[in-house]
Amino acid sequence: MNAQHQINCQPAVSLRGVVRQFGENRVIDGLDLDIAPGEFVALLGASGSGKTTLLRSLAGLDAIDGGELIAPQARSAVFQEPRLMPWKRAWKNVTLGLRVNKPKERAVQALTEVGLAHRLEAFPATLSGGESQRVALARSLVREPKLMLLDEPFAALDALTRMRMHRLIIDLWQAHTPAVLLVTHDVDEAILLADRIIVLQHGRIAEELHVDLHRPRDNGQLGFNAIRTRLLALLGVEKDDPDSLGRDHNPFIAPGYPLSAFAI
Amino acid sequence: MTHTTTIKVSKPAHRLAKRWTAPDALLRLLSPLAILLIWEITSRAGLIPARVIAAPSEIGSTLWELIRSGELLRHLLVSLQRAVTGLTIGVAIGVAVALFTGLSRRGEIALDSPMQMLRTIPSLALVPLFILWFGIGEFTKVALIVMGTTFPIYLNLFAGIRNVDPKLVEAAHTLGLSRRELIWHVILPGALPSFFVGLRYSLGISWLALVFVEQINTTAGIGYLASDARDFMRTDVIVICLLIYSVLGLLIDGLIRTLERLALAWRPSFVRT
Repeated sequence: MNAQHQINCQPAVSLRGVVRQFGENRVIDGLDLDIAPGEFVALLGASGSGKTTLLRSLAGLDAIDGGELIAPQARSAVFQEPRLMPWKRAWKNVTLGLRVNKPKERAVQALTEVGLAHRLEAFPATLSGGESQRVALARSLVREPKLMLLDEPFAALDALTRMRMHRLIIDLWQAHTPAVLLVTHDVDEAILLADRIIVLQHGRIAEELHVDLHRPRDNGQLGFNAIRTRLLALLGVEKDDPDSLGRDHNPFIAPGYPLSAFAI
Repeated sequence: MTHTTTIKVSKPAHRLAKRWTAPDALLRLLSPLAILLIWEITSRAGLIPARVIAAPSEIGSTLWELIRSGELLRHLLVSLQRAVTGLTIGVAIGVAVALFTGLSRRGEIALDSPMQMLRTIPSLALVPLFILWFGIGEFTKVALIVMGTTFPIYLNLFAGIRNVDPKLVEAAHTLGLSRRELIWHVILPGALPSFFVGLRYSLGISWLALVFVEQINTTAGIGYLASDARDFMRTDVIVICLLIYSVLGLLIDGLIRTLERLALAWRPSFVRT
């Protein structure tokens, strides 16, 4: 699954001169972006760079104030919080709003895929953070999206759970081949997952780079650090500053620490 | 160099507490029983005259007599009917208006401020006006209970609807829910806990209102029983009425708890893993 040989197809997402502003403040300022079908794009940027605003526009939650935005109808979003309806059991959450013949079968299938076949009847209050987020992933997948929007979906999870989720998201993406737009402020996460990384600054694309590392990827891989250093420089952070970019709470991804044990 | 020091902790206080655990419940019963006993003795000795308060034994036998003759049940059923009728109408109005104002901006503009103004009027202060308007019949009594029970439901349900987590509403939008599905699957279940808070208040008020309402031209009902007993200085009957109010209050609370347990099974406090 690589972006290069799909670039000629009709893009899944196409943005031309998109503007989004709150009063005088232009959060997204004339953005052009194409995402190929099945491409995994990560959107990096400091807070306030317009990442989430862009994702919300793509999800159809906010209207844009200018430009042209084309996104598939079949799209789904996963947020930082699972946003499950607490009063619905796991499988009912998955089928919510789904218009198919046998919704339960589809829910069981999706929940099995994320490894939660045994939690079908559980109420969200009894699920752990990782489990809830997997239900949210199943809820998103069951809609067979052409575009999956992920808004820092792993940010609230502990380090080990996050690694498992990284692996899961790659498996699901390879099995279902939706285009994915992942908003994150985690540089390593972006390099581990994405075909292409876009750095957003002041509502514009500051840098765009293809990650040509072979999959499965890990942090110790040749070339990983070069990309990392470059991205950190773009984001205005020194390379050996572990406290930046939300990595401080991850004991395994401190610089120089061997990471091949946590390969994806 | 490491030392392992064992510190002996003696817990005499703890052991003492443990030894007292079993008889604790009994001890708690002892003092009320003692009070009853003293009450009985002083009544019999003539220190507390019956027109101040009747002796416990007398209250007991009167209660038994009222139950045996079926008179208590008759009054109870009349009161229950009034309370249930008033409550049903009050809750229906409260729910209908709250849905209207809670779910639509226009509804809020049209109806919320009148509701907020009406809510500040204590329903019992309306007694004279209602008597003038509707007479002293059954209608006034039920109408007063309706007035008292509508607003707790309205206020709580309205707030519940408006306080549904906007993030869930947003998630529902990304899942492609229609407005009707949004209301049914997200907003109403989200507002249900608040509805129950309102219902609890309303039930309490419906019952409380009886005390007053049933003193207006009645021939039956617990409130009538109490006011009639007052006229004849039957303190034993008055105490029985008070007991009935508190027992029914407890029963109603238990009923609501059961309803909540069934309807809100998903809440963390009720969920059993």
